[in-house]
Amino acid sequence: MIAAIVVLSALAGVSGLLLGFAAVRFKVEGDPIVDKIDAILPQTQCGQCGYPGCRPYAEAIAAGEADINQCPPGGENGIVALADLLGRDPKPLSTEHGVVKPKMLAVVDEQNCIGCTLCIQACPVDAILGAAKHMHTVIASECTGCELCVAPCPVDCIDMVPITQTITTWKWTYPVVTTKAAA
Amino acid sequence: MSRLFPFHGGLKTVRHKTESNRQPIQPGPLPRRLTVPLRQHIGAIAKALVQVGDSVLKGQMIGQADGYISAAVHAPTSGVVVAVDTRPVPHPSGLPDLCVVIDSDGENRWIERQPVVYRALHPSELRNILRNAGIVGLGGAAFPSAVKLNLSGQDQHLETLILNGAECEPWITCDDRLMRERAAGIIAGLHVMVHLLEPREVLIGIEDDKPEAIAAMSEMCAGTGYAVRSVPTRYPSGSVKQLVKLLTGKETPVEGLPIDVGVQCFNVATAYTIHRAIDHGEPVISRVVTVTGHVSRPGNLDALLGTPFAELIEQCGGYREKVERLIMGGPMMGFALHSDEVPLTKAANCILAASAEELTPTRPVAPCIRCGACVEVCPANLLPQQLYWHARAKEFDKAQDYHLFSCIECGCCSAVCPSHIPLVQYYRYAKNEIWAQEKEKQKAELARQRHQARLERLEREKQEREAKLRQKSPARTAKAEDSGAGGKLDIQTAVAQAKPQPLSLIPSHEGTGESEGEKTDQSLGKQDV
Repeated sequence: MIAAIVVLSALAGVSGLLLGFAAVRFKVEGDPIVDKIDAILPQTQCGQCGYPGCRPYAEAIAAGEADINQCPPGGENGIVALADLLGRDPKPLSTEHGVVKPKMLAVVDEQNCIGCTLCIQACPVDAILGAAKHMHTVIASECTGCELCVAPCPVDCIDMVPITQTITTWKWTYPVVTTKAAA
Repeated sequence: MSRLFPFHGGLKTVRHKTESNRQPIQPGPLPRRLTVPLRQHIGAIAKALVQVGDSVLKGQMIGQADGYISAAVHAPTSGVVVAVDTRPVPHPSGLPDLCVVIDSDGENRWIERQPVVYRALHPSELRNILRNAGIVGLGGAAFPSAVKLNLSGQDQHLETLILNGAECEPWITCDDRLMRERAAGIIAGLHVMVHLLEPREVLIGIEDDKPEAIAAMSEMCAGTGYAVRSVPTRYPSGSVKQLVKLLTGKETPVEGLPIDVGVQCFNVATAYTIHRAIDHGEPVISRVVTVTGHVSRPGNLDALLGTPFAELIEQCGGYREKVERLIMGGPMMGFALHSDEVPLTKAANCILAASAEELTPTRPVAPCIRCGACVEVCPANLLPQQLYWHARAKEFDKAQDYHLFSCIECGCCSAVCPSHIPLVQYYRYAKNEIWAQEKEKQKAELARQRHQARLERLEREKQEREAKLRQKSPARTAKAEDSGAGGKLDIQTAVAQAKPQPLSLIPSHEGTGESEGEKTDQSLGKQDV
């Protein structure tokens, strides 16, 4: 009787110490699921989801505040990847947050730019170059196509143009095959 | 004869070699207008060195190698540059690419040609000469050879240097004719490679359906220590990894290169261009190309790069009836062209005018019955049907688990499939999608970092502004600490910051009488003045 109590107490004590040690030693900093969600999001930082950037949206999804179908740039693939990660069912893109569009690039009409710097302040990835009262231009390779610079422009000189396909970006397409009619 | 190590799978294909390999190589036409693409190699596009209106000499560099993996491009004949813009090039997409268009003056005036005494040169100098001569692999991949001739990055010694004269694709005979007629030049180029790489052994692999080429090469190799190996005619023995296995018994690791097992492999035509560059000072401005299929006089032409395909076909007697499609490369690995107005490039070893007989008829596709015929012929030891399921379902990660990227797209699996499934098309699609996704990911990561950097910058600027403000009115902070009303003052600092304050020592009027704290602030400010 006494022996049993002593043995069980000792076991409980040792296990408690082990658990306590593990809790301190292997403490997880931050929320890893947010990082994983953030890695799937396209990092356009466009805010179409209703959050000020991809990271805040990732945090909102992790907290259960936002749904997984609010990211138009991520498209269907993005929703499927999020559904996979979170063990949910994929759903169609929520139309109130926008529609899937081909990738675009912002282009400043340099003749009409007045150098107001409003687009520079709006760009979430610092992809617009220029200074006050000097012409601005978009660094094409850094532009995410978020369209946030279009609205602030007082002279409406920023256009979104579709990215043209070149030999280096061309891809083989999904094979189109004719199937044999069932015999 | 030492032993061979047969690779798994492969096919006995129809040969169709005799149509074009009976006549000697003929010089190609001198077209009035040449269109020279600046991207004729794998890697970065060459940087144009000429402008519209410049006159150029034959062999003059018109595109400079840009970056490590790149190669120079030269004017194929003398004349005047009439355009530097995008033109259709031979590519499966049919999309245009940047080209230099030259109107020939018909005089073929050369630049000053300087033979190179290569044995006296430092290896890196010699590699630079080859890079500037535009030497790339002429087997079809067009990878810059100078990169492959550099072993200084790896610490291993080169065991075997292989010269690839297998030419396993049906219809193509340009390497066959080159070996028969210009074996001396090939071996001279091989000497340069040996000088750079110092291999322990040199093997020349040639398929046994080319006895004349084997004889010519063996004769030239006598006394050099280079060994000519006749390999069985079995497609795709000319594919690098398969030829390495066949000749040395070494398996190239998954997603590795032959150099990882101490082997380096070059095409015979590449060796020949090295000989021209070193011993004659001539850069790569022409290549031997097989024009065959449904043309009147099939054969091999030593044609200038930039010559439109239509003129090459015309020299071979023009199209015969029933031509359905023009293919660049062989029927197994080549691709259909959108037009015959595209120019000859370094990668173009064959132009095949195919009729319905040569083309794999587009038969209706039946479901995969898992017969395993594709597994038996796959020379890369893959499971093509598994790759097919996953590629078709767009499950790219699973396709990669089955080593999608070890697929050499040889087309054996598609050729034997009893259900006529275009298997290779699925693998190409999957590979392209994976590469595109990878690029997207990198771009997203860059955007994430830039966004993060921007947020940090905004935060830093805000703090700097606050710090500056605090510094300019030290009394405020001092007072705040004394009275312990830190929170309230913080808000006031923020309000003050939001207003334009050219001189912070002059108190603003709006603040007057707002609170007890503000008044003390003002009086202290005045004291300072």
